[in-house]
Amino acid sequence: MSAPTLDRPTDEAALQQRFDATIAADRRIEPRDWMPDGYRKTLVRQIAQHAHSEIIGMQPEGDWLLAAPSLRRKAILLAKVQDEAGHGMYLYSAAETLGADRADLTDKLIEQKQKYSSIFNYPTLTYADVGVIGWLVDGAAICNQVPLCRSSYGPYARAMIRICKEESFHQRQGYELLMTMMGGTEEQRAMVQDAVDRWWWPSLMMFGPPDDDSPNSAQSMAWGIKRHSNDELRQRYVDMSVPQAQFLGVTLPDPDLHWDEETGHWRFGPIDWAEFKQVVSGNGPANAERIRRRRAARDDNAWVTEAATAYARKHAGAVTEGAA
Amino acid sequence: MPHEETVYDALDHAHGGEGHWAFGTGFDEPLAGVDTTVPDGVDPADLGAYCLMLGDDALVLAQRLTQWITAAPELEEEVAIGNTALDLLGQARLLLARAGSVGVLGRSRETATASIPDEDALAYFRDADEFRSTGLVAAQNGDFGQTVVRLLVASTVRLAVFARLRESRDPVLAAIAAKGVNELAYHRDHAARWVLRLGDGTEESHRRAQAGADAVWPLLADVLTATDVERRLVAAGVAVDPADVREEVHDVLTTVLERATLRVPAWPADTPPRGRAGEHGPELAALLETLQGLARRHPAATW
Amino acid sequence: MSTDVTAEGGHGAIPTGPEVPVAPKPAATRRDWPLYEVFVRGKRGLNHVHVGSLHAPDDEMAVHAARDVYTRRNEGVSIWVVKAADITASSPDEKDPMFAPSGDKVYRHPTFYEIPEDVPHM
Repeated sequence: MSAPTLDRPTDEAALQQRFDATIAADRRIEPRDWMPDGYRKTLVRQIAQHAHSEIIGMQPEGDWLLAAPSLRRKAILLAKVQDEAGHGMYLYSAAETLGADRADLTDKLIEQKQKYSSIFNYPTLTYADVGVIGWLVDGAAICNQVPLCRSSYGPYARAMIRICKEESFHQRQGYELLMTMMGGTEEQRAMVQDAVDRWWWPSLMMFGPPDDDSPNSAQSMAWGIKRHSNDELRQRYVDMSVPQAQFLGVTLPDPDLHWDEETGHWRFGPIDWAEFKQVVSGNGPANAERIRRRRAARDDNAWVTEAATAYARKHAGAVTEGAA
Repeated sequence: MPHEETVYDALDHAHGGEGHWAFGTGFDEPLAGVDTTVPDGVDPADLGAYCLMLGDDALVLAQRLTQWITAAPELEEEVAIGNTALDLLGQARLLLARAGSVGVLGRSRETATASIPDEDALAYFRDADEFRSTGLVAAQNGDFGQTVVRLLVASTVRLAVFARLRESRDPVLAAIAAKGVNELAYHRDHAARWVLRLGDGTEESHRRAQAGADAVWPLLADVLTATDVERRLVAAGVAVDPADVREEVHDVLTTVLERATLRVPAWPADTPPRGRAGEHGPELAALLETLQGLARRHPAATW
Repeated sequence: MSTDVTAEGGHGAIPTGPEVPVAPKPAATRRDWPLYEVFVRGKRGLNHVHVGSLHAPDDEMAVHAARDVYTRRNEGVSIWVVKAADITASSPDEKDPMFAPSGDKVYRHPTFYEIPEDVPHM
């Protein structure tokens, strides 16, 4: 590297200024740019949690892979669950541009030092849950994620663009399954309604706490990591979902739900966070099982990973690994 | 970056590229638009039975591979296994639909209602004794080493058969085979790459890969023995005699194992067909119970 | 109500908690396979474009994993893979002194934040 020259900014204030100007101009921050520690830290946490959510999110639906009730449904579900593995990979890669290691992040997930979205701690009780997860959970995720395609951090934004494209298939397959089931037997219609009853409120909670109770959001909005407020996105989701529920012929489990002519929005009842916090804090019915399975995948197959590394070393001649 | 303006556009185009989604996820009837006329001089019952043999192999192996989803080593392998299972599932759907189209449905229609398509009637409403898959695909996965050895053996056999089946007088089988050959070549290569790495990796992986090979090889006993159905269809120019691929299979497997520094287990003595005749061990019954349970509890449902 | 969940990270509703930055993890302890960058030529006439990355034990496995993950085995495309560690890159800003020591390793920014075990997340 050449010696420092006089026109280089030497103090952090100047770097901060350049960073701020980039954000203000709505341009992207790229991996090797200087960035404030808080920005990097927030991104690593957010992207890792997002990646963990994708990987853990494979399990609730994956539980139905072997038992899917038709071959077409099995293929669709397999492609979907496989996509989620891909999404996790894209996101871990984005986190790696910030200095994280995927194996490290996986360890942190397994040791429960990092979290994943609580929605995946709810069990999938019937096959209608597969449809409702696609429609509501993936629908809510899309509302959350489409704005992230404009995240100020380039690698994250690019990963999100790819993911959002695939998520739209996920939501459509879910809704299509529910439409088919609603056209099936009485028993099937009851399964759909039951699944909607169980997943509607958790899907609303996916958007996080109300804006007036979300102080971190302001910084994330200022950094362009977050683009819309929690309540804004939640309302958008409700407005999208209510007509879809009507078309489907299911009842959303909210007696307060009504159309507000004045604002042009569907108004919904108060969210009860108490049970949700139980699930969030690791007391969800499925939390231990979700983690156990990730641990088994890592530990039971460690010998495979090691074998491939050993083979690569043997067949790379004298070239040594570890320079990274 | 101009992508702010194009994000939503990109979402609209998400379904434009047909190649994006893995084979087998289509929303259409698998054999829609294909001429399903049975060729002259071919017994439809034989043709259907043969389609069940090939279709059941694919279905059962797809189910076994799917057991690895959320349990595989590394995410990259998760995706690769998923692709392989999807390919096989796609082959199974086509073959079972073909069997149904020539009227071979066994006892499945005794319980499956009319709203259930043939491929699902056959997959979900036949008992184990009506399945025609071999013991090679029904066996438990074992560890990852045994899984990739079995995938190597199964895809080597199937690729050799499908390559010849492209010349079948049944245009549907020929088309299924032509599509399947590319997929199977990929499966075989993928499995072979892993067998090399495990065999020639660490001491532990070598030991496990060898144990996998030792467990899988005996399953070849009845895989390459023709049934009467196959013999009649070979004569009619429709099917492939599995005995004809023996040499190729033997050579490929020997080459891979030797390069992987593994001992090639003794080739088992030929036995009369078992799986192809509907004789199965308890592992297939258990697999089918998981596969079929939900569909059977709702025989009048549509999915 | 205290703010103990956040919507960040796509699927939302993730518990929050304070994190404490500690020293970066030394590279020697890395357990995973090397990171590869993947470049795909979508169709003839176009440049190869960076599409993402993956982990693979060697070049051969990397190119096949890239097909599985990034192209769904679309035969019509051309794929390049290269170890991230082998990429030499310019500094995004030549005036920037912050990356002088490690500036040529794009993906190995030695900054990572551990979260101690005893952080109460609720």
